[in-house]
Amino acid sequence: MAAKSIISRPVYGTLSPQPGKHHLFIADAEGALAIADLAAKAPADFFGGAHIIFIPGRDSKYADVLEALKPAQFYLGHSFASALPRLKQTLANAHMGLRLYLAGTEGLIGQAMQAALEAGIDHTSIQTEHRGSLARRMQCVHCKGITENVTTQPATCSHCGLLLLVRDHYSRRLAAFQGVCINAEDRSEIPPTEEVFR
Amino acid sequence: MSTGTTKLDVIVSDVVPVNELVTRFHFRRRDGELLPTFSGGAHVVVEMRDGERTRLNPYSLMGSPLDTREYTISVRRDDAGRGGSLFMHRQVRPGTEMVVSYPVNLFSLDLRARKHLMLAGGIGITPFMAQTAQLAAEGGNFELHYTCRTASLGTYADLLKERYDRRVRLYHDDRDERVDLDRLLSSQPLGTHLYVCGPSGMIGWVRERAAALGWPPETVHFEHFAAPQPGAPFDVTLALSDKTISVDEQQSLLEAIEAAGVDPPYLCRGGVCGQCETNVISHDGKFIHNDHWLSEEDHRSGCKIMPCVSRFEGRSLVLER
Repeated sequence: MAAKSIISRPVYGTLSPQPGKHHLFIADAEGALAIADLAAKAPADFFGGAHIIFIPGRDSKYADVLEALKPAQFYLGHSFASALPRLKQTLANAHMGLRLYLAGTEGLIGQAMQAALEAGIDHTSIQTEHRGSLARRMQCVHCKGITENVTTQPATCSHCGLLLLVRDHYSRRLAAFQGVCINAEDRSEIPPTEEVFR
Repeated sequence: MSTGTTKLDVIVSDVVPVNELVTRFHFRRRDGELLPTFSGGAHVVVEMRDGERTRLNPYSLMGSPLDTREYTISVRRDDAGRGGSLFMHRQVRPGTEMVVSYPVNLFSLDLRARKHLMLAGGIGITPFMAQTAQLAAEGGNFELHYTCRTASLGTYADLLKERYDRRVRLYHDDRDERVDLDRLLSSQPLGTHLYVCGPSGMIGWVRERAAALGWPPETVHFEHFAAPQPGAPFDVTLALSDKTISVDEQQSLLEAIEAAGVDPPYLCRGGVCGQCETNVISHDGKFIHNDHWLSEEDHRSGCKIMPCVSRFEGRSLVLER
């Protein structure tokens, strides 16, 4: 569970069933288990109005857990990028009364929230629950390139190669943590690298 | 200490009867300067000096926020009320010098919304007059559904129709026209915000349906100024000020506290903003809560009261004031 450090660092809750006509779930990997936990608390006909977009990841586990909930629509994606057009289309056609639930890694929650914000949903209206990896999506503040799945501190920008301090400073607009050059004064100074975002 | 209610010295520049119940009042600054800017949904507290007594009532500003040469309010005559609206209708004339507060907005537009869906009932139309003017000026997307008792009591209905045409839909009670609320709320695009102003029954109905149909609370905005209700006189002890005061039939508890020289904070004087929330030290009797600020739990606990609109019946009441 991520601890609160500075105000922009996202904090996540526990999914709970909301009143509404349609329920859109986006989850990756262990995020499926957060949906299963919600199902235990939900009214009987809840998933009859639900649409689940699930990205199982490499292990390909948990898809059967979600299918067993008998959602009205169920979509398995190979990656977030491949699921994004479907997500955008769903949001573009949606009406007030749609409730959004995001569960899984921070990268998945952040990018799905980014699409939802662009569709006009307020971030405070979205249910989130963090499950699984703490790997971060990081923007290099110098070259603006985004590096996915950052697990170390510091981390190397996969675009410009600078060694970056991965800050808790988060941008909802970019769905990324900010990475700032850690040795700008003296590039020969190389601090030890630790794996801290597992 | 009237938080945020710096005063403006104004002169009534025009008084315009709108229909059999509603009259519009125009205010300009006595020094000829422009008035402070405001945003759609803002209200001012108007001081009514009526002989011995002073009433302070909130009214929504209904003019365009783009024009600060004057403020305009519309007052519905309430023959059974405590006399504020009757004072405005009977005694205020062009040229009358009055004092109003700076504008305060407790019902502002959320300008991040993709669309603004507005529901008005009766005199609840006034904040929407300013909000629609503000939105129309910047190409905002809005739709107004306005319910009135009869066409002749549809205050500004003709004007709104003329200005905004199909973006305004009218419903008349005497023709049994009703908003198809569930269908309306279920057919709005994502990113719509809902605004409702009117009688408390209407606000309660709309909020309940919106919540049930999955509108997140942060997308539902409402305003209802509860007018202080007259009631049986009662005595109150103000523990911090060491005073015992009497609240008469036509006076609100807040007005009685002020009349005793104690100056509690206030903003809306209509049970909405929360500024005058007061702790109860002890009581023997029953509260008549009329506010929209305290939770039901607070009301039941008997530990808090909003003196601007709520009253008390019983043997003794001691407030932390």
